[in-house]
Amino acid sequence: MNSVQSLIQPHFLAQAGFAGVVTLTFAGALIAVFPRNILYNVLGLIVCLTGVAGIFLYLGSPFIALMELLIYVGAICISIIFAIMLSRPLHLSLPKRHMFKVGLAFGVGAVVFLMLSTIIYSTAWQPASVRSSDWSVATLGNYLLTRYDLVFELISLVLLVAILGAIIISGYARRRPS
Amino acid sequence: MNSLYTYLFIAALLFSLGIFGVFQRRSLIGMLIAIELMLNAASINFMAFNRFLAPDPIVGQIYTLFIMGIAAAEAAIALSIIVAVFRRLRSINIERAQELRG
Repeated sequence: MNSVQSLIQPHFLAQAGFAGVVTLTFAGALIAVFPRNILYNVLGLIVCLTGVAGIFLYLGSPFIALMELLIYVGAICISIIFAIMLSRPLHLSLPKRHMFKVGLAFGVGAVVFLMLSTIIYSTAWQPASVRSSDWSVATLGNYLLTRYDLVFELISLVLLVAILGAIIISGYARRRPS
Repeated sequence: MNSLYTYLFIAALLFSLGIFGVFQRRSLIGMLIAIELMLNAASINFMAFNRFLAPDPIVGQIYTLFIMGIAAAEAAIALSIIVAVFRRLRSINIERAQELRG
């Protein structure tokens, strides 16, 4: 009885949820990197990004978590799936992978992880002395339209140019005799 | 769960997986997926610093939003380049995209 009661305590539930979210993230990331079938990679990316949205939820921002789901899972993954359908027939035989190259890539990744964790451990992280506790979406919108106005406009310009550039690049390749 | 180090290690591991993917894959779409993983690791870092260190907890969220916008633009451009390369070479294997080799 006692153990059941300790199982449903909020703190334990939060821990279990966090462990589940982190597991989801890394399982998705492994699926996104390892299998050779490109469609499995995209499905793994979707799982991984859902886990990252959960991590954002634990970091205290439901708005960013929803934006992660909307932009990454809803837009980027779907357009990657479109590009897969436009490019390569999936039933063709997959190219062989060289174990030497995979080992080399694993070495590079391990070195980068070691460097990053050394930096993380050797830095004394100091929280700011005065911290505001205002997390609301209303303040976020207020900042976006006042202090970060220029960046906001610039990113909409960047998106516009990216869309035009994408149309022009793919259309130009179609007209060109190969 | 409530320490900065946990989130920083999650982000570092995700970033290393992304680097491993970029070096290991030969299809362009696979490399794009690995790059998305690395961008997500950067977002987690920003959100973690925002949660534990920053004086104003709005700025990190704004940074993360901008990273998402840049990632969307980058994905659009990269996918159109991939489609153009496929139309020209009938393959998206980067080891076959060697027309400029001297």
